[in-house]
Amino acid sequence: MMNAFPLNATSRYTRTAIGLHWLVAVLILGSFAVGLYMVGLKVSPFKLRLFSYHKWIGVTVFLLALARIVWRWRHRAPALPAAMRPWERIVAHATHMLLYVLLLAVPLTGWLMSSAHGFPVVYFGVIPLPDLVGKNKELAEALETVHYVLNKSLLILVLLHAAAAIKHHYYDHDDVLARMLPGLRPRLTNKEN
Amino acid sequence: MKWGSVLFAAGLLAAAPAFGADVDYAASRIGFTFKQMNVPVEGTFRRFTAQLQFDAAKPDRSRAAVEVDLASIDTGSSDGDDESQHKSWFDVEAFPKATFQSNGVRRLGPDRYEISGTLTIKGHAQDVAVPVTIQRHGGTTMFDGAFTIKRLAFNIGEGVWADTDTVADEVQVRFRIVQRETGAKT
Repeated sequence: MMNAFPLNATSRYTRTAIGLHWLVAVLILGSFAVGLYMVGLKVSPFKLRLFSYHKWIGVTVFLLALARIVWRWRHRAPALPAAMRPWERIVAHATHMLLYVLLLAVPLTGWLMSSAHGFPVVYFGVIPLPDLVGKNKELAEALETVHYVLNKSLLILVLLHAAAAIKHHYYDHDDVLARMLPGLRPRLTNKEN
Repeated sequence: MKWGSVLFAAGLLAAAPAFGADVDYAASRIGFTFKQMNVPVEGTFRRFTAQLQFDAAKPDRSRAAVEVDLASIDTGSSDGDDESQHKSWFDVEAFPKATFQSNGVRRLGPDRYEISGTLTIKGHAQDVAVPVTIQRHGGTTMFDGAFTIKRLAFNIGEGVWADTDTVADEVQVRFRIVQRETGAKT
């Protein structure tokens, strides 16, 4: 790689990585809330619209997650703080790996579920996505459970991920949160003071 | 309305033997497609009766009468099946059947005809022209056709559902009715 500042390149995330991270964060939280709310509604045009929006956001998250994985593969992520213990590193890597897996698996199971219910997904009401499976009631119900369980797993991981970032910032006083949250001052100096 | 339908159906059933052909319901199908948030949604009606009298030599003497049991709808989701029965949609309690009664058949080309008639749903009658392909193989006659109706012309989907941005006004109706000559069943 022809990077003039190799040290800089690994001490912070690229603007693209930061942008994608927060965009996906907002979209999955929004989609999660919409999904949870819409399933309990009585049938109405509003409910049908919410289902479509939920699916469109899901497809967007899937595409952005793919973009993030490609970006991550082409651009090295900044190294973890040297003070982290080996088990903490393992947990951090495992959490991130699982988060990426779920960012793909959650929308994918939603898409499969929609196909199995006999409702093709038409992205933004314009681009019809192929049906990956045929209409099948039992499969649709099984996928509903899988979609639900994966969402709950994603929620737990996101909470763990956020709690870890906050802990790094306020307890460890390192730059783990600051490098992903532009504007936040790294608290490296605090520890040295 | 209800008694009219019953008498009408009874009259057709009584006349059926004279046609010398029975509808093979296992092979016949009446389905529809509409767009919901621009997503094509397909459905069928599991129960219907059809009386068809077709004479290729004298198309103008041909007749068609179809009665669809609206409670037998299959929209692919229980939400859709239940909702469609309500007052704002088919109002099945008051209008259990949709009927089609032909009043003319015109030849369009080889095997192709246009059946014009009256489609009545939810108490609203509309004139429709249905292009049909009619093919005979041995003792079997197949009637295949499709036509598009506007649901709001029949008041199907009232109130909040009248919004066509969510559920489109156009509904395509497709059918295949297979008739077998009595004694020629396979």
